Amino acid sequence: MGLIVAQILTGLANAAALFLVASGLSLIFGVTRIVNFAHGSFYMLGAFIGYSLMQVLPGAIGFWSSVLLAGLLVGVIGVIVELCVLRPVYKAPELFQLVATFGVILVIQDLALMIWGAEDVLGPRAPGLKGIVRIMGEPVPKYDLALIAITPFVLFGLWYLISRTRVGILVRAATQDREMVGALGVNQAWLFTGVFFLGAALAGLGGAVQLPKGGADLLMDFNILAAIFVVVVIGGMGSLPGAYIAAVLISVLNVFGVAYLPQSTLVLMFVVMAVVLTIRPYGLLGREEVVGEHGQVGEPEQPIKPAGVKARIAVALLLLVLALLPLFGSKFATILATDIIIFCLFAASLHFLIGLGGLVSFGHAAFFGGGAYAAALLVSYVNAPMELAFLLAPLCAGMAAVIIGWLCIRLTGVYFAMLTLALAQLLWSLVFQWDEFTGGDDGMVDIWPAEWLSSTTAYFYFTMIVGIGGILFLRHVAHSPFGYALRASRDSARQAEATGINTKRVQWMAFSFAGAMAGVAGALFVFSKGSVFPVELEIARSFDGLIVVFLGGVKTLAGGVVGAAFLELVKDYLTRLEYWRLALGILIIIVVILAPNGIVGSIRKLAQRSGLVKNHYE
Amino acid sequence: MLELSGVNSYYTKAHILRDLGFSVQAGQVVSLLGRNGAGKTTTLKSIMQLVKPRSGSISFEGQSLTALPPHRVAKLGLGYVPEDRRIFTDLTILENLEVGRQPARDGVYEWTIDVLFDLFPNLKERRQNRGKALSGGEQQMLSIARTLMGNPKLLLLDEPSEGIAPVIVEQLAETILKLKAEGLPVLLSEQNMHFARIVADRAVIVEGGSVKYDGTFEDLDAQPEIRDTYLSV
Repeated sequence: MGLIVAQILTGLANAAALFLVASGLSLIFGVTRIVNFAHGSFYMLGAFIGYSLMQVLPGAIGFWSSVLLAGLLVGVIGVIVELCVLRPVYKAPELFQLVATFGVILVIQDLALMIWGAEDVLGPRAPGLKGIVRIMGEPVPKYDLALIAITPFVLFGLWYLISRTRVGILVRAATQDREMVGALGVNQAWLFTGVFFLGAALAGLGGAVQLPKGGADLLMDFNILAAIFVVVVIGGMGSLPGAYIAAVLISVLNVFGVAYLPQSTLVLMFVVMAVVLTIRPYGLLGREEVVGEHGQVGEPEQPIKPAGVKARIAVALLLLVLALLPLFGSKFATILATDIIIFCLFAASLHFLIGLGGLVSFGHAAFFGGGAYAAALLVSYVNAPMELAFLLAPLCAGMAAVIIGWLCIRLTGVYFAMLTLALAQLLWSLVFQWDEFTGGDDGMVDIWPAEWLSSTTAYFYFTMIVGIGGILFLRHVAHSPFGYALRASRDSARQAEATGINTKRVQWMAFSFAGAMAGVAGALFVFSKGSVFPVELEIARSFDGLIVVFLGGVKTLAGGVVGAAFLELVKDYLTRLEYWRLALGILIIIVVILAPNGIVGSIRKLAQRSGLVKNHYE
Repeated sequence: MLELSGVNSYYTKAHILRDLGFSVQAGQVVSLLGRNGAGKTTTLKSIMQLVKPRSGSISFEGQSLTALPPHRVAKLGLGYVPEDRRIFTDLTILENLEVGRQPARDGVYEWTIDVLFDLFPNLKERRQNRGKALSGGEQQMLSIARTLMGNPKLLLLDEPSEGIAPVIVEQLAETILKLKAEGLPVLLSEQNMHFARIVADRAVIVEGGSVKYDGTFEDLDAQPEIRDTYLSV
């Protein structure tokens, strides 16, 4: 009994930082509709800044003022990010801003590396709270008790601010209808900045306050990111009490998980989220998001059309040059081109889902990695010839997409995105932890193509035919009646239903199809590398896809492919630099600000304005 | 006090307002009349800068509005009540009013919550209710009251009588006349000719995004062909 109480107390103490960070994310999303990927980075900065301050400021007063100052400073950093990076792109299509925040992550990672070095930092213990207290015979750190005591006050303070003050009323009003708040004389731009300050400051506080328990390291930004998204979604977007309950739930379960079922810890929170969302699609205390409630963001969708003659000729020429690459390029260039084509196919399949289906999936890597693993398992265990494994892999990925899609399609918006993330994460942890079957962290090796494809050149041509064939097939489907039905379901589900389209079924089919096409890319990938590791199923791989789709232009058919090729080429060059993340992050931010419609979309706009290209819909 | 001339506004590519121009004088209630799609709502949105006109000038008390963001336009004293009311459904009535609150202005009637509750007794009874619990008529009252909390110098009312029970429409007409008696000028858009002539001093008929008639209702009665051409009665 005593042990269980002690474990619950540990869970409650762990919930403190998680709640602080998650509530900031929830606030920022609620008002600005920005999915702030950089929130984990604010948390990390809070920890490092708090650590540095604690080195200078002595005693208990020094400790607690360091925590508060760290929060304030991170809040100011948040304001800088909002003013410099996000304000220029508020009018861009919804979710485009997440690309910008991804750039911020990279920049902050390298800046932290420059300032604090690569070594993990051990957090100082809180003066005056160093010892333990025995509760029912079990030792409980005093600092844990302090955290447990403080958190409800923070929750109350935030609740009071949001529900009882004028600022809180304005924030809630802006959550619902920003434009109307502006028309009533409130400068909502400053309201946004204020919310960003508060959200970032909460993340910074969370980072500083957990120092005595967890210290600071350069991985903590990504490590907490998934957890805080899960907390916000389980609690219900925009609900502070919900975030608190979810943070406690996750933290307490996690403590028990570590004690009794250690292999569950990687996936526990995602299982909880999947269960909660299946029962309550909008989280514990959330409410349904009404589509279109927040008004149209950006310009209306432009109809897409098949490429014109000139564009076809240009693409044909480009392909011709690509086909000649093995003849005059180096072996390295051929391998790079193979990688790029594979990534382009992956991006194109995700673009199909996001751009045409309006289904923003945060877990598309499940199908890329799924296809790769399916092929590898077939080769390893049933000695399947490469050709057979290559044919079956997309089917396996497609089947996985059928199942995951069935679970996710009922949800919309951010909830849909988060459930895809959770289920992808489940698949990842399955592969990661099932050592005997999948090799776990060591991956699967010796998965080579058949004899006739064993040379780099032969495999390059194979990739070109399959990969580019796949991309063209995706384009073809976009222009088929199925593509029309999919776009109709995206633009107006109600009207589409009224014309006899079963929108949920169309979306489910699109999800499965996109999954299968990602599986093709995965199969191409595994045979080109000869191996596959769990990293291909990771959140980071899903985010890669997401970034290039938006960077290339989500509202243009070529966006995914162009974005993928661009990023892959740039990365190949930049990763040779010492601080390549900084360079890449700044580059992404610059592209985002200069090309708010994505690379393809913005180039087209420019061309239309200068009269080079006619706009057919005028 | 409000002057529009040569205003051209677009929704992305659709040309909605074409060289539209008219003015509102202090103390007047002016009604924009016209069919669905004539450009009435776009006119009001263009004044508020919720739709940015591509050309033409809009000025209020001599100050140009065309480069300003909507919140600055509101701060100058233009109170906007949108067609679909756009109350904050998750906020209580009191909170909705709080969003609209702005400091008092020199020489302008200063509205308080108590005065507004006298004007709209229904709202007082339900002041702790959330916006989504209100009927259409109550939402309209709330939307007007919320805008009055900003102590406007000129009120822009977009189709206030649309979709509201006839009894409430009568109350609404009385309310607008009371506002006029307080010296608050009003520019309202209407399809309901009957409602418009009860409250308004002047009619401005819009069709195809330009002004087709600008004058008194009496003069309009003398020209039935204008009424028949531009208004569906």
